[in-house]
Order: sequence, then C-alpha cells, then structure tokens
Amino acid sequence: MPKRVMAQVAMVMNLDKCIGCHTCSVTCKQAWTNRAGTEYVWFNNVETRPGLGYPRRYEDQQKWRGGWVRTASGGLKLRSGGRFQKLLSIFASPVQPELDDYYEPWTYDYQNLISAPLGDDFPVARPKSLITGEDTQITWSANWDDSLGGVVETGQSDPVIEKLRDEANEQIRFEYEKSFMFFLPRICEHCLNPSCMASCPSGAIYKRAEDGIVLVDQDRCRGWRQCITGCPYKKIYFNHRSGKAEKCTFCYPRLEVGLPTVCSETCVGRLRYLGIILYDPDRVTEAACADEQDLYAAQLDLMLDPHDPEVIEAARAGGMPQDWITAAQRSPVYALIKHFKVALPLHPEYRTMPMVWYIPPLSPVVDLLRKQGHDAEAAGNLFGAIDALRIPVGYLAELFTAGDTAIVTDVLQKLAAMRAYMRGVTLGTGRDAELAEAVGMTPQAMEQMYRLLAIAKYDERYVIPKAHHEEAHNLEELACSLDFEGGPGMYNSGPFGEASGRPVPVAIETYSALKARQQAEAAASSAQLHNRDGLLNWDGNEDAK
Amino acid sequence: MNPIDIFLWGVLPYLVAFTLVAGTIWRYKYDQFGWTTRSSQLYESKLLRIASPMFHYGLFVVLMGHLMGLLIPKAWTDLVVSQETYHEVALWAGTAAGVATLVGIALLIYRRRTTGPVFLATTRNDKLMYVVLVAAIVLGMVATLTGGHTPSGEEHNYRETVSIWFRSLLIFQPDVEAMAASTWQFKVHILVGFALIALIPFSRLVHAFTVPLHYLFRPYVVYRSRDAVAPTPSRSRVRGWDAVGTKDRERK
Repeated sequence: MPKRVMAQVAMVMNLDKCIGCHTCSVTCKQAWTNRAGTEYVWFNNVETRPGLGYPRRYEDQQKWRGGWVRTASGGLKLRSGGRFQKLLSIFASPVQPELDDYYEPWTYDYQNLISAPLGDDFPVARPKSLITGEDTQITWSANWDDSLGGVVETGQSDPVIEKLRDEANEQIRFEYEKSFMFFLPRICEHCLNPSCMASCPSGAIYKRAEDGIVLVDQDRCRGWRQCITGCPYKKIYFNHRSGKAEKCTFCYPRLEVGLPTVCSETCVGRLRYLGIILYDPDRVTEAACADEQDLYAAQLDLMLDPHDPEVIEAARAGGMPQDWITAAQRSPVYALIKHFKVALPLHPEYRTMPMVWYIPPLSPVVDLLRKQGHDAEAAGNLFGAIDALRIPVGYLAELFTAGDTAIVTDVLQKLAAMRAYMRGVTLGTGRDAELAEAVGMTPQAMEQMYRLLAIAKYDERYVIPKAHHEEAHNLEELACSLDFEGGPGMYNSGPFGEASGRPVPVAIETYSALKARQQAEAAASSAQLHNRDGLLNWDGNEDAK
Repeated sequence: MNPIDIFLWGVLPYLVAFTLVAGTIWRYKYDQFGWTTRSSQLYESKLLRIASPMFHYGLFVVLMGHLMGLLIPKAWTDLVVSQETYHEVALWAGTAAGVATLVGIALLIYRRRTTGPVFLATTRNDKLMYVVLVAAIVLGMVATLTGGHTPSGEEHNYRETVSIWFRSLLIFQPDVEAMAASTWQFKVHILVGFALIALIPFSRLVHAFTVPLHYLFRPYVVYRSRDAVAPTPSRSRVRGWDAVGTKDRERK
C-alpha cells in the first residue's frame, strides 16, 4: 500500500456540452491576463478541432520538442534534451515559439470614430498592434479557425490530421457532409510529472504539496524560458514586459476559499467538474514510463480509492485533514475518471500525467448520423456508427488515448447507451437493463452517471475543500503569500524597483471572509479589517459600531 | 605618488567592489521580481539564435582569459612555457574570443535597433549598459593589440604591471605604482571596466549572477508547501505585475 498519499486538484470537462462560446477564455483573461506583456496570453483558450490550436500546431512535438520521451533503458528524459544540454543552449532557446506562432495582439483605434472630422467618408477604427502601437494587419488569433473557419486551407496542417494521414492512411476530407468538429477548452494540465518544471533551470516552477497546483514563483523566475519549450501543451507563456514565465494558476486564491476557478464558474454549458483525487507520488515516475498504449491505465492506477481504509490511513498519517479526505470521496472528478471511466487525459503520450481530463464528445458521431438522415438517438444506430465512423473515433483516440481507438469506442458506447437508456426513461418505454449491461454498467450506475453528467448542481460539480481549517483565520494572509506580493496590478515598474508603498495584505477573493462577517454575531472591528473599512469591504453588519 | 593615481588605483577599485557587492545584495533582497534576463526572443529569434550564443560563449572565454592573465603570476607560467609562446597563444585566443564577443554584440545591437518590438522594449538603463559594455570590449581589444608598447617605445607586459596591481588589491595592499606604470590603453580599459562592474547590480546584467548551475543537481519535480512560502517581508517595497490597464507601448 502507498507510503505517501497526496491530494491533487483536478478538472474534468464534458466536451459534448461545449458550445464554443469562449466565455471561460474571456473571463479568465479578464481575471488574469489583462495586463501589459500578456496581451497575447490565454491561460484558458478554446480551440476547434480539427484545427491548428494555439499556438499554431503546438502538438507537433517533432518541432516544439515538449514533454518527455522514454530512453532506451526505460527511463524518462525531456524531449528537448538533458540537463547539461539545456544549460548549454540557455542563451537562445533552440525551439522557442515566437509571437507569430501565437498571434500579434491588437486593439482598434476607437477614438477615431468620434474624433474624425466631418466628411463624406465614414470613419473607421483601424487595428493597432498592441506590441508596436503601429497600424497592423490582423492575420491570426487564438481561435482564428473557430468552428472550422478556413479549414479547407488549414485543416490538413492539424498535427492530428497529419498523423492520421501519415500513419493510419486515413484521408480526411473537409466537405460539409463528411466534416465533423468539436470544441476543446484547454488550461494548464497541472501535471503530476510536469515537464515545464523539469525544464526550469532556476527551479522557479513548483507543485504545491497540499493541492498539486503548479505555479511559477515570479520572484525566482529568471526568464530562461526553457519551460515554454518543455511544456508540450504550450501552456506556459512569456510575459514580454516583466521577462518572466506565467501560467494558469488554477485560480488558487479562489480554490483556497472553496470557490471554483473562474473558467468553471462562468462556464455557460456547465461542463466543467472540479474535485480532488488522491494519488501515490512515489509511483508517478514509474507510471510515466509505461508503454505508450498503457499510459492511460497507468495513470488510472496512480489514482487511489478514497474509500480504501489503507489509503485513508496513509493520508491521515501524512497530515491530510478530514475534510480533504471527505472531499476526495465525494469528488465528481474521481467518479468520472475512475469510477465510470468516461473521462480521458489529453495526450497521455507526452508522459506528463496531465490532471485536466476530458469526456470525449459523442456529438461528431451524432452529427454525422443526423446529416445522413438516421435517428441519432437509437442505440443500435449509435453503436453501429461508433464502429463504422473511423475518422472521428480515430481523431479522438489521437487526442485522448495515444491512438488506442478501443478505449475511446468504449467511452463513446457508454455515452451512447446512456443517451438511449434515458430516452427510454423519458418516453416511458422502460428502463432497458440490457442496454446498460451491454456497456458493462448497471441501470443504477447508468442513472447515477446521467445525474452527474446532466443534472449535477453547483456543489456536486465543484467539490473543493478549503485550505486547512486550522489556518482559516489566516486566509487573508494566505492569499498574500502569493508569489507576486500584493497580487496583480499593484505597481508600475521603474528601471529597478522604484515602486513604492507597502501592499496591505488582502485576499484577492474576499468572498468567504465577507460572508463570514455578514453572518457574524458581532460586527468586525476596524483592526480586523486592517483599518481599511470602506465601501469596498462593507459587510452591512453594523450592530456593534 | 600622484594623488590621482592613488585614487584611481588604490581607492576606486574598492569603491567599485563595494558597489558591486552591496548593490547586488540590495537588488537580491528588494528586487527579485526585476531579476531576469529580460529575454526578447518572443519578438525575434533568428538573429538571436546566432548572435546571443556567440556573444555569451565569447564572453566566457574572455573572462577565463582575464582570470588567467590576472591571477596566475608570470613566474609560474615561465616555468611551463616561454613568454613568447604564452603571449602568442594569449593574443590569438584572446583576439578570437574578443572578435566573437564583439561580432555577437554588434549583431545583437543591430537586431535591437532594427526589430521594432525589441527596440521599443529597450530602456534607457539598457542603452547605458550597452554603451559601457561595448566600450569595455572595444577598449580591451585596443589594449590587447596596441598596449604592448609605451609611447616611448619600451616593451610593456601587462603581466608585470596590471596583474601585479590586481593581485595586490586582493590582499588589500594596493600596488599603485605597478598600475601607474602601465600604458594608457590598459588604464582606460580598466576604468571603463570599473564602470561596467559598478553597473552590474543596477542593470539587466545581474542575470549573470544567477547562472542556474544547481539545475544539474536538483530533482526534476519540485514540491513546495503552501506554508513554506515566505511571508510578506517587513519591507515589501517590491515590484510586481503592471497595473491592469497599463499600455504595453504608448502609441505615438
């Protein structure tokens, strides 16, 4: 049994529900990357697949050299080279994406619309580069090929399409009747075996022992930018103004107070699930060394059963609080990944052990069936189609199972069976137990899964234990133990640190603190509020004042 | 002894050393956020990939040459090789490294000037640093190539003047006369070198002090406890991210 048990915050996204509205991207950007130097940065982006992705063709590891590879002796090594090699190439990273690979961020000269002199021509707002401030031509963006836009020209360059063409000899056509698509929202994977961290010469990237969130210490980062090469998902970005690497933070100031991430909170389709899983840190490397086809199973194996008494005992011995163990038992993420086995990791072949998993979409198959005039809800049709439509299934397999179509087929069949089963329930034609058994499930499990996928409310989708209770009184200070002191946006930079003024410790997210004060018996004193009582932290609790 | 000589070669070196050490400690303590290479590779990569390694590796050889020439007494090398051979090798290796460094930095400056975003990201601090850095390298080349003779035509070996003075500094008994006896080329090079050394803590050159050699020894995965994060320092006059709404570049 495991000697050590650690907790990891993980996410599952149900791709069937993603409508590609980009609300997650926009709210994330508003929250985290609306600063100078990060205009081109999207910690959360939604890409259309098939499509090139952001940055363009990031999955082409022959070019970008991200992730791990297995050595001849069965060990792991960074694809971009060993430690010594990395140090030697530190003066100019050999495979660094340039701004063109992302896109040149821009704004519009809106001022011209109201200040242009009266004339015959209608004034226009010209696009201006946010990098140079000059007029610019917009030629690309983070979702330029949204909803298959321009796919006839760019589709064949999708690395997954390329791979299917070269290796499986599947010709993919983008004619209307034969095309399929789905949206893939991506954030940092907060991997168990992160290659960005392994690439960082300064050791500035770290994994939080309590919740597994991967962060960049902004004070220790020296801008060597090896992490950007190291991450196969290209989810580490270079802030070209501060000269430091930045990445998705899993909204840790929110998670610490029990709130879901901004992208989850604002998701219109409610397709994101957040929870913790328990895992055995001592077996991570071993699991990451598995054969390519076994990586999915190896990662599943790494996740421990939170109901197993031995696991609970080991977790307690390691100092894990009870509410964390309870949260692990209630975790929707664990249920989807390991219990129902319908969620799959993104590109397990990178061997980083990603912790943001996806329920593959049945919609490409359903859409194709419907286009061809079939009943896309009938179990027989769906099962037949999953077997017959090699291209969507093969594509999904390249994304989620290192090419193993059997696993994807299995998941899609479960989703199809659930669809048909629940149609029977809704139409009153009865609970078809045979249908559940055909995919290895019981009718009860089928309905539980349906509830989790279709109905689950806020507190079922997001089971987030707060930071340790015994530290709860410190939460405001906790949020201030940020790697960038005082939080974002406190200072302007001079040539070398001439910004002044001591940041007053205050949590970025004071939601819980405010709620607690509102409901308290006595009003908070000025001292408790750090002498900063005012409109912004007014709690309406005035009885003692 | 000339009081100017005493100041330049007896006092100034210690002032510069103090500035370097104290300045670096101050910067390390109060400006971790500003301690970065400030890479511009995101804007332009092709030229950088050639120029930057050329400059940096050239600079390493130049530094090694300086340490060798300044620290190893002539009497020691005389035991192994003749002065002529030593000089020949040092001259060729030094010139080659110097040229690589110079070409590298020339390309880097060309790139900086001609690539719009890179030029826009250049601060006044950077410009000053570039002037002093290039001057130090050029003057070093001048000293190497022409400093071998005094104006009166006598042979001048820096290892009998500059090196002796440098080592005397290390034991806090500055041999001002040894340095005063050197040629003007060396003197000017050293003075500009002082300026460069004094600039290090206050410019982007600090990144050299955090060469990540510990990368060779640390574990790949770094776990850090939330509690282990240092609490807010009592004097937290630190830099952070730019305020929301800060424009990346002011539009002209």
